[in-house]
Amino acid sequence: MKKFLYAFTVIFAPSVAYANQPQEWQLGFQKAASESMHDIVWFHDYMLVPITVAISVFVLFLILYTCVRFRQSKNPNPSTTSHNTFIEVVWTLVPCLILIVIAVPSFKVLYSQDKIPPADVTVKAIGYQWYWGYEYPDENVAFDSYMINDEDLQPGQPRLLTVDNEIVVPVNKNVKVMITAGDVLHAFALPAFGVKRDAIPGRINETWFKAERTGTFYGQCSELCGIKHAFMPITVRVVTDDEYAEWLADAKVKFAKDPIEQKIELAKTIKIREEIK
Amino acid sequence: MSAEAMTHDTHHHNPTGWRRWAYSTNHKDIGTMYLIFAIVAGLIGTLFSILMRIELMHPGDGILGGNYHLYNVLVTGHGLIMIFFMVMPAMIGGFGNWFVPIMIGAPDMAFPRMNNISFWLLPVSLGLLILSIFADGPPGQTGVGGGWTIYPPLSSKTGQPGPAMDLAILSLHIAGASSILGAINFITTILNMRTPGMTLHKMPLFAWSILVTAFLLLLSLPVLAGAITMLLTDRNFGTAFFEAQTGGDPVLFQHLFWFFGHPEVYILILPGFGMISHIVSTFSRKPIFGYLGMAYAMVAIGVVGFVVWAHHMYTVGMDTDTKAYFLAATMIIAVPTGIKIFSWIATMWGGSISFKTPMLWSIGFIFLFTVGGVTGIVLANAGVDTALHDTYYVVAHFHYVLSLGAVFAIFAGFYYWFSKMSGYEYSEFLGKLHFWLTFIGVNLIFFPQHFLGLAGMPRRYADYPDAFAGWNYISSIGSYIAVAGLAIFFVNLLYAFIKKAKAEKNPWGEGATTLEWTVDSPPPFHTFEELPKFNK
Repeated sequence: MKKFLYAFTVIFAPSVAYANQPQEWQLGFQKAASESMHDIVWFHDYMLVPITVAISVFVLFLILYTCVRFRQSKNPNPSTTSHNTFIEVVWTLVPCLILIVIAVPSFKVLYSQDKIPPADVTVKAIGYQWYWGYEYPDENVAFDSYMINDEDLQPGQPRLLTVDNEIVVPVNKNVKVMITAGDVLHAFALPAFGVKRDAIPGRINETWFKAERTGTFYGQCSELCGIKHAFMPITVRVVTDDEYAEWLADAKVKFAKDPIEQKIELAKTIKIREEIK
Repeated sequence: MSAEAMTHDTHHHNPTGWRRWAYSTNHKDIGTMYLIFAIVAGLIGTLFSILMRIELMHPGDGILGGNYHLYNVLVTGHGLIMIFFMVMPAMIGGFGNWFVPIMIGAPDMAFPRMNNISFWLLPVSLGLLILSIFADGPPGQTGVGGGWTIYPPLSSKTGQPGPAMDLAILSLHIAGASSILGAINFITTILNMRTPGMTLHKMPLFAWSILVTAFLLLLSLPVLAGAITMLLTDRNFGTAFFEAQTGGDPVLFQHLFWFFGHPEVYILILPGFGMISHIVSTFSRKPIFGYLGMAYAMVAIGVVGFVVWAHHMYTVGMDTDTKAYFLAATMIIAVPTGIKIFSWIATMWGGSISFKTPMLWSIGFIFLFTVGGVTGIVLANAGVDTALHDTYYVVAHFHYVLSLGAVFAIFAGFYYWFSKMSGYEYSEFLGKLHFWLTFIGVNLIFFPQHFLGLAGMPRRYADYPDAFAGWNYISSIGSYIAVAGLAIFFVNLLYAFIKKAKAEKNPWGEGATTLEWTVDSPPPFHTFEELPKFNK
C-alpha cells in the first residue's frame, strides 16, 4: 500500500527529483524533456488513453449488462433476431469517425517529430556488440561508451543505466543524431526525448531532439542485439552552453584522435580490404 | 483379402494399434494427434515462459545465473513454439481437422494422405527446433537467441555463426510446408465438398474462419520461406541478400518477414473468431447476429492484413509518408474487428444465456480481445510508437490478443467440443476454476506490462533497471497463478478420462445447431454413411 501511495505521488507530482529516469510503480511515460515527447505525451494521455479506456469500459459494460439482463433464469425465452441493418451501419460508421478523430492529430505528431531542424550539434551514434561508439563529427571527437558494472557503481548511479562516457549536449539546442551500427542491429532510444531509431549496418538513420532542461537522461538499446542486449545503455548529460564548451575543450584533448593513430587505423583498413580481395 | 476383413460388414479395414495413428488418413484421428501435439508443445512453451518470469521476478541475476544467451534462447523458443507448434496446430490442425469436414457434411478432408503428411512434418519440425537449442549458436554458446523474428545480421554469420540458426531455419521451412499442405487441403475441402444445399453463405462461421485462414497461410508462408531461404544461402553459400558490407540490405529481411508475419498473427486469431461465434450463439440459444457481416469482416481482416506489415517497423528509418500510409491502413482494421465484437454482444443480447465453461472463456475472450485491440490502435500511431516500439507495451498488447485472445478461444473451443471428441464429460467445476485462475493470472501478468512499456522498459531484456522491479514482480506472480490454472486443466482431463461419464449427442441443447451435434459423441470412425441433409 505504501508503495502504491508512493506511485501516485510520483505520477501526480512531476516535481519529484530524479524524474529523468524511470520510477518505481510508474504508470505512464517518463517526464517529457523535449517538444517531440510533449506531443507524444499529450496525444497519448489526453486523446488515446481516454478514447481507448472509454471503448473498453463501454464494451465491458455492454457485456456485463447483457449477461445480467439476459441470463437464462431471467430470460428463459430467447429472441430470434439475427439482423438489424441500422445498428450494423452504426457500429461500422461510428468506429470510422473515432478513427478519423484519432488520425488527424496522429499525423501531426508524426510529421512534426520527423522534421529535422538545422542542427546546432551533431552526434553520431554507432551501435556495437555491446557498447555505443559516439562521434562529434564537427569537433573531431570520438569515444566509446560502456556500461558501468554493478560492482563499480558509485552511490546514486542507477544500475544498468550508468555509462563511463556519456553523450554531452547543450540545453535548448537542436541536436541531430546520426545512427548506424557496426555489426548487428541495435536501436538508439531516449524515452524522455521521444527518440528511438534503429541502428542498421550500412545505413545512417537520422533523428533529433532539443533538450529543454539540464540533467542526466537515460535510454537503453531497443533492438535485440545478442547476449548483452540489456547492458548497453545510452546516457545523455544535458548541460548549459558554458559547461558544454568546457566539456568540449576537455574532450578534444581526452578523446581527439591522434593524427598518427588515425593514419595507422587507415592503413589497417586498407590492409584488411586487400586481404579480403 | 483376409476373411477377417470381410466380416467388417460395409466398413473398410481400419488399422489398429500404432498403425491407426501413424498411417492415419482419418480427419478425426489426425485432429486428435494435432491436439495432443499442441498440448505437448504448449507445455514446453509454457515452461520457457515460466523460466523467463522466474528470472525477471527480481532485478539482477536469477535462476539463469547470468546466462543471458540462455534467456534469449528461451525468448526465441517461447515465441516460435507457441506460434508454430501450439496455437496453429491446435486451431487449424486440431479443431479445423476435427470439425470443418463434419460441419460442412463432408465424409473427410479432400486429400486424406496429404493430411497425414501435414501432421507428421510437425514433430520433425519441432524436433529440429529443439535440436537447435543444443547446437552451437553465437561463439561459445548454444541455441538460437535471435527472437522469433530472426532479424539479420544477428541471425546471419555475423551474429550467430553456429549451426543452431540453420537448424531453426530448416525447422521453419518444414513447419511452413506442413501449413501450406494443410491450407491447400482445407481450401479444397471447403470449396468442393460441402453437402448439397450448403452454399458458402450458409456455411458455419468456423468453416469460414478456416477458409480465410487457409488463404492467408497459402499467400504469406511462401514469402517467409523465400526470406529464410535467402538467409540460409547468406549464411552458407556466400550470397549477400541481407549483408550490408557486400551490397545487401538487412531491412529487406524485415519487410519480407513482416509481409508474412502480419498475416500470421491473423492466422493465429481468425479460427478463434469462428469458434467464439459458435459458442456465443450456442449458449445464448440464439442465431449468430449479422452472419454475413461476421463472415465478410473476417475476409476484410484477411485482405487488409496483407497491406499493413510495416507498422512493425516504424523505427527502422522509413519515409514519413510511408509511415503515414501504414498508420492509416492499420487503423482501418479496427473497423471489421469492431463489427465482430459488437456482433458477438448483439448475439448475446436478447438471448437466454447459460454460463457454462466454454461461454465463460468466450466472454473473457471478447473483453480481453477488446483491450488488446485498443492498445493495438495506440501502437498503430507511428508518432506514439516511436516511444513504445520494442518496449513491454508491445509485449502486453500482443499477449492480450494472443495469450488472452487466441489461447482463451482455444480453451473455449476445447471445452465446447471435448465431449464430442472424447465421448466423455469434463467437470464443470474444474473447468470454471481453470477459467478464473487463468483469467486472474494472465491479467496480472500482462496488464502491468503496459506500465513497464510506457516507462520505457525495452523487451527481450534478461535484466532491468531497479525502477522496473515492482511491476515485474507482480507480473511474475501472475504467471504462477496462470500455471496453477493450467494444472487444473490437466486435472480436469484426468477426471474426464478416469470417470468416463458418457456424453450425450448434444449436451448444449437447442442452441447448438451445427452438424457435429447431430452425430454421436464421439462420432463414428466414418462420420456420415450418407451425405447429411442440410436445410436451414
